[in-house]
Amino acid sequence: MVKYSIFTIARNALTSHKNWPKQWRSPEPKSSYDVIIIGGGGHGLATAYYLAKEHGMRNIAVLEKGWLGGGNTARNTTIVRSNYLWDESAAIYEKSLQLWEGLAQDINYNVMLSQRGVLNLAHSLGDVREGVRRVNANRLNGVDAEWLDAEGVKDFCPIINISKTARHPVLGATLQRRGGVARHDSVAWGYARAADALGVDIIQNCEVTGIKREGGKVTGVETTRGDIAAKKIGVVAAGHSSVIAEMAGIRLPVTSHPLQALVSEPIKPVIDCVVMSGAVHVYVSQSDKGELVMGAGIDSFNSYAQRGSFHVIEHQLGACLELFPIFSRVRMMRSWGGIVDTCPDASPILSGTSVEGLYFNCGWGTGGFKATPGSGWCFAYTLANDAPHPLNAPFSLSRFESGALIDEHGAAGVAH
Amino acid sequence: MLNIDCPWCGKRHETEFRYGGEAHIARPEDPAKLDDAEWAEFLFMRTNTKGYFAERWLHSHGCRRWFNVIRHTVTHEIVGSYKMGEKPPKLPKSAGGAK
Repeated sequence: MVKYSIFTIARNALTSHKNWPKQWRSPEPKSSYDVIIIGGGGHGLATAYYLAKEHGMRNIAVLEKGWLGGGNTARNTTIVRSNYLWDESAAIYEKSLQLWEGLAQDINYNVMLSQRGVLNLAHSLGDVREGVRRVNANRLNGVDAEWLDAEGVKDFCPIINISKTARHPVLGATLQRRGGVARHDSVAWGYARAADALGVDIIQNCEVTGIKREGGKVTGVETTRGDIAAKKIGVVAAGHSSVIAEMAGIRLPVTSHPLQALVSEPIKPVIDCVVMSGAVHVYVSQSDKGELVMGAGIDSFNSYAQRGSFHVIEHQLGACLELFPIFSRVRMMRSWGGIVDTCPDASPILSGTSVEGLYFNCGWGTGGFKATPGSGWCFAYTLANDAPHPLNAPFSLSRFESGALIDEHGAAGVAH
Repeated sequence: MLNIDCPWCGKRHETEFRYGGEAHIARPEDPAKLDDAEWAEFLFMRTNTKGYFAERWLHSHGCRRWFNVIRHTVTHEIVGSYKMGEKPPKLPKSAGGAK
């Protein structure tokens, strides 16, 4: 792997940047691997990278039915934060945020993490109480958090409308200064390049069509590029987790829904933080290109189509314009949808299953991007040791039988 | 935007309706006899079909009645709707195998 630095840029400038090597290989699949990861999004690639880096495994393949980062990794609104309410969630998302903070150095790839601060707005007395409670819970868990009143929100984000006569007035907000945004494509490409350098085979255009089992244990996968044997399989297929689970005769508590996002035409810098509102359903930040990046809640119905209904966008833009009247004449350029796998308690599943050697990392719902490094790190540990790390032990599939749910709907179920 | 055929009111826009998820999940006849795994199956486990899917809708801004719809979860094609307790309409030939 060529180390990226200012010196390699200078050296390649001498040859007009025509001699940069490919960032990763495109190998033919081998006949067998120790671990197969199904799904070449951020979480899957991070899993492969940490399996190689932290656990010394080398005979690993990542199978991707399309192209790297062509699914939800490239379809989210790139928000990174760790201010979750419950202890279990705060621990795993904070681990993730700490990995984010060193990620560009670790994988020698600029993931453009911008810790510009994330506001979660409160619009009612109930929101205020919940927000203050979450700030206190975060601090007890070592997660940075502050409570701002309406004037404080206006100071932090001057273009916001804090009028008391608004339909949903801004009464305050929680602020996580270490939260922010990162460049989503870079995360997939950076992990792919770093994993490839450690010997991981990344195989694109390779769709898994079956899970082979013998005596209750996985033996491999059937794919559109032939059968591949594997000792262990980690499924990191986001919205298509249920489809893979069905191949192995496993039932999951997830349902798949479209989650839409959209960007405006590029405008001059106008908002230098991330603003999220769970109550009026919108979140906004501005990309480095100048586009306003916005998202909202999921479409209610089950779907595997990467598109949703227009009334959802209409609703979110109505909320956005009330918060930011300055955006009223900005034109929206593109909108799209990703398929998210939502869990009944709005918390993920990183878990073994009733099939030996088959592991699932799914159920991240609408908020998986921020968890990419931590998810991969924990899932790699789980795959390597055949046992969960203490950070992801609470996120097992068995919690739906024991009743030990991690109900993050209040803190996370809507806005991400 | 889906156009959903309410069995009582006819075709209306999706915004008049509320979604109720997977249809035909029967409440256990003898709840006291269920073990934890069976409860988990009833409460949480879902089929999440990629293809033709039987689902419940509530005409919340209309007649306020529940009914079932067969809809394709990739193309969003609606095959038909039917009242609670009725038999679902016949599925088109490509049922189940759609990508």
